Amino acid sequence: MPARQISPLGQRTPLLQLEAVNKTFRGDVVALNGMTMQVQEGDFISLLGPSGCGKSTALRLIAGLMQPTSGRITWVAPQQSGDLGVVFQEPTLMPWATVAQNVWLPFRLRGKSYGEVKDEVLEVLKLVGLDKFQNAYPRELSGGMKMRVSIARAMVTRPKLILMDEPFAALDEITRFKLNNDLLELKSKIGCTVIFVTHSVFESVFLSDRIVVMAARPGRVQAELTVDTPYPRVDEFRTSPEYAAHCRAASDALHHAMGIAA
Amino acid sequence: MSIAENRPVATIDAEEASRARRQTFEQIARWTLPAFVMLSTLFLWDRLVVWNEIPHYILPGPGRVWNSLVTDWAMLWDAAMLTGRITLMALVLAVAGGAGLAILFNQSKMVEMSFYPYAVMLQVTPVVAIAPLIFIYVSSKTVGMLLCAWLVAFFPVLSSTTLGLNSVDHNLRDLYRIYGASRWQKLWLLQIPSALPYFLGGLKIAGGLSLIGAVVAELVAGTGGVGTGLAFRIQEAGYRLNISRMFAALGLVAVMGVAIFAALSIFSHLMLRKWHESALKREA
Repeated sequence: MPARQISPLGQRTPLLQLEAVNKTFRGDVVALNGMTMQVQEGDFISLLGPSGCGKSTALRLIAGLMQPTSGRITWVAPQQSGDLGVVFQEPTLMPWATVAQNVWLPFRLRGKSYGEVKDEVLEVLKLVGLDKFQNAYPRELSGGMKMRVSIARAMVTRPKLILMDEPFAALDEITRFKLNNDLLELKSKIGCTVIFVTHSVFESVFLSDRIVVMAARPGRVQAELTVDTPYPRVDEFRTSPEYAAHCRAASDALHHAMGIAA
Repeated sequence: MSIAENRPVATIDAEEASRARRQTFEQIARWTLPAFVMLSTLFLWDRLVVWNEIPHYILPGPGRVWNSLVTDWAMLWDAAMLTGRITLMALVLAVAGGAGLAILFNQSKMVEMSFYPYAVMLQVTPVVAIAPLIFIYVSSKTVGMLLCAWLVAFFPVLSSTTLGLNSVDHNLRDLYRIYGASRWQKLWLLQIPSALPYFLGGLKIAGGLSLIGAVVAELVAGTGGVGTGLAFRIQEAGYRLNISRMFAALGLVAVMGVAIFAALSIFSHLMLRKWHESALKREA
């Protein structure tokens, strides 16, 4: 399957927009206050902020798991089943199912037999480097490998948008760096849009072309930064002065959002 | 036990060697120690009876009990078959009823709210107290005995399966929602596999309880054509002061209970060995 064409930042087609989205829990806890955001096809957007800033709430709203209290979330083209993939902080695999069966799930829930989609399943497993483990059970895999299966499952339907909620937070740094690199490669191969929740400045700068910095109590958008370094980004980017400068800017914005003088 | 690791050729150090020794010892002790306890108990029992010259109608020695088991074998075996049949049928019904009710309750909150309190009430009322009433209204002894045994055994299956069906990982639940899973897909592909370990735990308890239920039902039902199970034989032998037959029958009941538990444990292990933590062997 060929990747969707991604045009350079600035001339992209809009995919989804959030307009003045509010979410209030139990009548008085404002989780998200007036969030407005444009998502364009091909974007890699990081939502960066301290805990309690509503970044996970925003993700759940976009996933349709919650309805906004007020405001609107609109998909430009009508959303179809399989247009959305999700990766949680935990790998969230079914322990009783093999790797291939776990990746098959999104298709299975749409009534497709394994035979019909076997090629897609094996192809995406190959992309994440786990084709040899298709018959293994999750408990036989390491943390990083489980997360790869989770990513493969999110990507198997070739979704337009993938939502990732701090997927690498529980992994060690070596594994995290490797998965960061691989994620960018996968994204370019599949040509999807990613919204990535993180509280790591370094991770957000390495991965994204747009960083939305959020502040807490009430959860809101504080600033939006652009990281204009072109992809593909490789390990050398991590040590470049450009990377350091972007990290500095993101870090300042984050400190500002947390009400601490930079 | 990760597939990913390529282990170097092992050299066994002192700690490993002592661990291996300890493991071998434990494996042997696991069988020899209980066997030793049993043999010494039998020996003490025998000596106690002989030294104190206790008459056999008060406490027979183990030899007499063994003789009774051999001479009455045909009668006791028939009785064991009957009790065993009732127990297994009750267990099957308890599993079907308990798991079925759990799924029904899980699918409809209204049904659960309406009937769960009564399920609890049935469970907490002692079956010995209900049994006489059952045998007034149910004319078939077999059906009555089944009903008694079922009443005792279904609840652990119901409550543990209910807990299991509700213990689905929240993120997996969200994932199924995002992919637009139907209620049946969610039940079949997500909730039932999640509930399996809980269900199997309940099943092990239900196995023992259905035997208890069957024995109690027999004691209450008394004789009446069909009622010649092990419990009835124990009661009857008691009336005749045939204490050694009482012990022999009691031994058979105990062996049956152990056999049911062992069979269910093996079944449970086979069902879970591929994926569940409880079946996982840890290294080190």
